[in-house]
Amino acid sequence: MRRKPRDADYYRQQLLQGDRVALARAISAIENERADTRAVYQAIAGHANRAHVIGVTGAPGSGKSSLVNALIQEFRARGQKLGVVAVDPSSPFSGGAILGDRIRMSDHGADPGVFIRSLAARGHLGGLSRATARVVDVMDAAGMDIIIVETVGTGQSEVEVMEIAQSVVVVCAPGLGDEIQAVKAGILEIADILVVNKADLPDAERTARQLRDAAGLASSRDDKVPIVKTTAISSEGVAELMQYLDDRFAGFDEARRSDAALERMRKIVTGAASHRLSEWLQRLDTDEFDTICNSVLRGELDIDDAAIASARLALTIESEKD
Amino acid sequence: MSTETPGASTDAPIRVLLAKPTHDCHDRGVRLVARRFRDAGFEVIFTNFLLTEEIVNTAIEEDVDVIGVSVSAGGHMPIFEDLLSGLHSNGLDDVMILGGGVIPHDDERTLKAMGVAAIFGPGTSAEDARNLIVQKFGGTVEA
Ligand SMILES: Nc1nc2c(ncn2[C@@H]2O[C@H](COP(=O)(O)OP(=O)(O)OP(=O)(O)O)[C@@H](O)[C@H]2O)c(=O)[nH]1
Ligand SMILES: [Mg+2]
Repeated sequence: MRRKPRDADYYRQQLLQGDRVALARAISAIENERADTRAVYQAIAGHANRAHVIGVTGAPGSGKSSLVNALIQEFRARGQKLGVVAVDPSSPFSGGAILGDRIRMSDHGADPGVFIRSLAARGHLGGLSRATARVVDVMDAAGMDIIIVETVGTGQSEVEVMEIAQSVVVVCAPGLGDEIQAVKAGILEIADILVVNKADLPDAERTARQLRDAAGLASSRDDKVPIVKTTAISSEGVAELMQYLDDRFAGFDEARRSDAALERMRKIVTGAASHRLSEWLQRLDTDEFDTICNSVLRGELDIDDAAIASARLALTIESEKD
Repeated sequence: MSTETPGASTDAPIRVLLAKPTHDCHDRGVRLVARRFRDAGFEVIFTNFLLTEEIVNTAIEEDVDVIGVSVSAGGHMPIFEDLLSGLHSNGLDDVMILGGGVIPHDDERTLKAMGVAAIFGPGTSAEDARNLIVQKFGGTVEA
């Protein structure tokens, strides 16, 4: 038994009014690409691109979820509505997942002004799930003022969040030995704000110093990336972080915001297109395709050329089906 | 071209909310169940709660198919009563409710009459729960 699909009118009436059940169903529709996925898109068209989207990334255990919890507190105190998307990895073996981020956000379990959704990465690399960008749009359309996206937290190559968030917060913490690793993984370059969390621990100052050096080296941008020390579990430093976030968002005029929307849409369309193409390639079952593959086996064609040839072939076949 | 949504999947992972009271320290059992469920291909949302309202709210947000509540420190009857009525008033009557922990036999009968699908007490296994879920929501179980 799965829930029955809804039409665009339902989503227009319920989702855009901020109905929580409708929002949850819309997110599932997008994640699972069900019969009513298109209805959701129709309903939200023209209603997104309003919220401040904040990405929170960094090494596992650095305190991302705890920091999100503290941020929720502050934003709620100002009466703003929040959506939170927390992504955790899926098991490569079973496809299942344990989504445990919200255990650290349980101060807000019954607050109607906060909507938290846990997503499994479902095999997608880069720190998010394939549907994350669109889930953000749906939350935006449902009237969230702030949308926080917590990435998987491998601390490695999680640069995708940059494409969907206007502000990227990279969280580090003492004792994880991740400063250098973060530099290697290119994580520091995506930071708009660097946070040294667990400032209550003795080594925090040293971590901040290392980070300052590393960020100086890593940053190719002329604007200096601020470094904020926080203690998420007591909210120390979180007000300062909020100040930086507010300043950034205030600097986002219409033009920059629609640039960001365009960037996000490129990402979404690219993702959808490559998904389509791989589907088409999987359906390829022609002599022509076998000829290409055999040429590679015989060493007459390299894989890259074969890939291009098969993509062209698939494209031709599919467009003839129209 | 087909009108089907690209990549439309009929086998979206089954989503299960596992909740235990914040002050219940016995979470080893729940964690074990969470891992077993993950290995069965379920997406398991793991959380603590103080108020039953929080379970209802979390179930709404996470759009789950199943809620498993583990209560080992007593007070289970009002928790399940509030849970069922909270779900009902939000139109979530189709969610499967499972109970875990130490629950007396008489209470178990009452809870089942109220709509709790099953109680998994001491001596039962995570596999039993998994099988029950798969039976209802489909999907294949790997040994
Ligand atoms: N001392 C101290 N501990 C903290 C602080 N913030 C978080 N922690 C602890 O650090 C641990 C990890 O916190 P989480 O918020 O779950 O970290 P995370 O980065 O979200 O972890 P993953 O999602 O698993 O990658 C928990 O035990 C927190 O209680 C802090 O400011 N100071
Ligand atoms: Mg986390």
